[in-house]
Amino acid sequence: MTAANSNGVLDEEIPLLTRKDFVSDQEVRWCPGCGDYSILAQMQKTLPGLKIPREEIVFVSGIGCSSRFPYYVNTYGFHTIHGRAPAIATGLKTARPELTVFVITGDGDGLSIGGNHLMHLLRRNVDVTVVLFNNRIYGLTKGQYSPTSPIGKVTKSAPMGTTENPLDPIKLALAAGATFVARSVDRDTKHLEATLSTAAQHKGAAFVEVFQNCNIYNDGAFASFADKDVRQDRMVYLENGKPLRYGSNLEHGIRLNGFQPEVVESPTNDNELLVHDTNREDIALPMILSGMNYPDFPVPLGVFRQVERDTYDGLVAEQVGVARDSAEADLEALIAGPETWNVL
Amino acid sequence: MTTEIESPLSEGVTTRDRVTIRFAGDSGDGMQLTGTQFTRTTAVYGNDLATLPDYPAEIRAPTGSLPGVSGFQLSFSSNDIHTPGDNPDALVAMNPAALKTNLRDLIPGGLLVVDDGEFNSTNLRKAGYENNPLEDGSLSSYRLLRIDITKNNADALDGLDLGAKERFRSRNFYALGLVLWLFSRPMDTVVRWATEKFGRNPVVLEANLRALRAGNAFGETSELVHERYEVPPADVEPGIYRHISGNEATALGFVTASHLAGLPLFYASYPITPASDVLHELASFKRFGVKTMQAEDEISAVCAAIGASYAGQMALTGTSGPGLALKSEGLNLAVMAELPLVILNVQRAGPSTGMPTKTEQADLLQAMYGRNGDSPVAIIAPSTPGDCFWMAIEAFRIALKYMVPVIILSDGYLANGSQPWSIPKLAEIPPVLWRQADHETVSHAYERDPDTLARAWAIPGQAGFEHRVGGLEKSYETGDINYEPGNHHKMTLTRAERVARIADDVPDIEVVGPQEGDLLLLGWGGTYGSITSAGERARAEGKSVASAHIRHLNPFPSNLGEVLSRYDKVMIPELNNGQLSVLIRSQFLVDAIPFNKIAGQPFKITEILGKIDEILGLAGPYEFEF
Ligand SMILES: Cc1ncc(C[n+]2csc(CCOP(=O)(O)OP(=O)(O)O)c2C)c(N)n1
Ligand code: SF4
Ligand SMILES: [Mg+2]
Repeated sequence: MTAANSNGVLDEEIPLLTRKDFVSDQEVRWCPGCGDYSILAQMQKTLPGLKIPREEIVFVSGIGCSSRFPYYVNTYGFHTIHGRAPAIATGLKTARPELTVFVITGDGDGLSIGGNHLMHLLRRNVDVTVVLFNNRIYGLTKGQYSPTSPIGKVTKSAPMGTTENPLDPIKLALAAGATFVARSVDRDTKHLEATLSTAAQHKGAAFVEVFQNCNIYNDGAFASFADKDVRQDRMVYLENGKPLRYGSNLEHGIRLNGFQPEVVESPTNDNELLVHDTNREDIALPMILSGMNYPDFPVPLGVFRQVERDTYDGLVAEQVGVARDSAEADLEALIAGPETWNVL
Repeated sequence: MTTEIESPLSEGVTTRDRVTIRFAGDSGDGMQLTGTQFTRTTAVYGNDLATLPDYPAEIRAPTGSLPGVSGFQLSFSSNDIHTPGDNPDALVAMNPAALKTNLRDLIPGGLLVVDDGEFNSTNLRKAGYENNPLEDGSLSSYRLLRIDITKNNADALDGLDLGAKERFRSRNFYALGLVLWLFSRPMDTVVRWATEKFGRNPVVLEANLRALRAGNAFGETSELVHERYEVPPADVEPGIYRHISGNEATALGFVTASHLAGLPLFYASYPITPASDVLHELASFKRFGVKTMQAEDEISAVCAAIGASYAGQMALTGTSGPGLALKSEGLNLAVMAELPLVILNVQRAGPSTGMPTKTEQADLLQAMYGRNGDSPVAIIAPSTPGDCFWMAIEAFRIALKYMVPVIILSDGYLANGSQPWSIPKLAEIPPVLWRQADHETVSHAYERDPDTLARAWAIPGQAGFEHRVGGLEKSYETGDINYEPGNHHKMTLTRAERVARIADDVPDIEVVGPQEGDLLLLGWGGTYGSITSAGERARAEGKSVASAHIRHLNPFPSNLGEVLSRYDKVMIPELNNGQLSVLIRSQFLVDAIPFNKIAGQPFKITEILGKIDEILGLAGPYEFEF
């Protein structure tokens, strides 16, 4: 997403906005303690830094607890229908490429009913930022399992446990060709804010999965590795060009043995560790990283991939520009067609 | 069905006021090209005409097989005509399968031109003929012209650097040349077109032109052909004309509407027969600022269009019946968010995948009621291929003025059918108006115009109008989410009233024929030609029969109820199982008589005449002969 605004106003002319400017007059209606509050707060902190006027920003969401988000942000907002936000955002951004567009979705909204649209938005590389709130449950409909619920999970719709394999949103985004793929977690507010900000500034489709706690229907889904006191040892922060080290004293590392990642205890030398590279065209490395899950591995957070490619909305606009420059737009002639005759 | 006058001018030329020809061959034989080129020549010549292409269901059925037959029918006349004709006076059959599938429609005594060279044992077997019909006397009631087109054509191409396959391929130009001669038409329109089309490939161009001239010369010199026909130009309204198909007119109408409104057009669609041509056309209009998106499915297409509408542009999506079903949830979002949106539905035979290449008008009730909740949208339908242009503009006029989705119900018959069309002057078409929110007149995006009840169109980029819309019910006052009982009641009535008020803003329905009388034929959409012609013929036979055609289906024109009351009986011919009948009966409590044909084919005029006689008590119950 670009930081330029459509009026061509220079940055210094835009009045400096603060977090408060992005708080709408609507009462926030999530359950107390819900992870969604943190994501909202980090987003509201991120937006002023983009230096884009409020009226040039649009939040588009589907349906779900998460998709209530646009009501609470004082920009333009469209709370649409279940799963379709990526399609609506694609039309919006293609019609008006100068706007800054965010898609807010959930694990059910974006991966179940709307999986197809999400895949195609990423494949087309539409210049929008997608934030997927993954609570591994259907919150709004009161606790059915979702496509990211682990197999065996007991929910209202699976009293004996689910019999379905879950989907990994990061793998889906990578396979769809997303040019920016990242993961963060509601509890780590600093990392979340930084990730949202980097994603928003990426030119092209940016996909961010946020682990989000639903304290009512799936409390503690991420606690075993994301809780503050264990996080250091059970999650690894991906940084471009840096070896994969984690632990409170960075005493653990990850190395590659063929295609297989391995945990190295107290590595003596960075050379033996896997060095993260977000800019690779092929997706082998981020795919391997996305396969690392607790308890066998630390769970990776951060940017898995960031590459540059032409955007869909940009190419569509370019073709219109080329067509306009190369041929006269004579509507009268178009209506008359190739052959006419005169009746007197 | 035609009047014959001996021509005093040239010997052997019979003057007729109307002729219907059908070209039929294998789908690889290029019959659509032969048909359209004959049509263009005839249009330029000055006849009124109407066409009906008939595509096979499969793209490439086995060569020579019955399902592989492709046809093209046109009717041309010295008078005003409305339909491509019931039964052809002349049939060109390029192989046995084409003869087998089309012969039963040819009028007794009709002219039958066959490619003799293709009636070999293999092709006869593929078509299911035990004996060669050209030999067994079974065609004695027709004027049979046996010509070895395949061989004559190959001879004409002698010396060209072309394989046998390519030579065979230009047979359609030979047939075209012959038929042009038969109906006294010049070759120059075809020559000009072919030169442009095949200019880059000189050998193919040469082959096609040689074939065309050889066919023409054969008519001129052969002793076989004793008679030719002449259909003098029609006496039509003065003006500049072109030849146009419904889908072409539709696409032109949309780009014109964009010009008239001064807003960019955004079209999102998922390919589907018979609507895909509109996508192809609009994709080639980029120089007019048109953006097109081939979406991943129809749900995405309607949603992308809604995104463009929210962005303040002219949002359009197009499909056929199964796609309209997928779009209903999105359509409802546009109803709830009160966004302008146009949905083109080029109907085809259903239900489900149905018969994709065959026409039907059976999506009226889907358009009217196929959504959850009380969810009114505007519905309009073009009546002729040329009218598609005007209805495309009308759809955007209504959508933008009333901030409402509008469904256009075209159909396969209109989409692929064609007619000469009087080219409008751009400067004479009224502008398409819309009202963007501005701080002087409204304070928020849900403030309504007191006349139209349309809300203000506030679009991203407008400072001070930042607001949130969506599919949840909103407060009548503020547009914020609201679940109060009285508010939902009021908002539902407001959405209905906003659509109802469109009735005051559309032209009265016009009656053709007596202003009161025994019977009114009431129709909508692509059946205009057959119904109007049937009315004309019934009146010529002295019957008190009028016809009226509805272009605005929701809401109906405000005078419709009064018009219905002026006739003893109302008959509603439809290519469905009685959908307009349901609406007319429920809205006007009129005991309308449905006349339903669900055969994937348009009405024949004689079918409607048969039903008229039944209703007027002049004949027994009418039965279709399929
Ligand atoms: C067409 C349709 N089907 C079903 C629903 C009901 N529904 C609303 S939200 C939802 C699931 C939401 O789950 P998720 O996307 O994970 O969002 P969360 O509430 O967990 O944030 C469902 C099934 C709907 N609104 N629309
Ligand atoms: S149900 Fe869960 S996801 Fe929804 S608001 Fe409550 S805590 Fe949050
Ligand atoms: Mg969820």
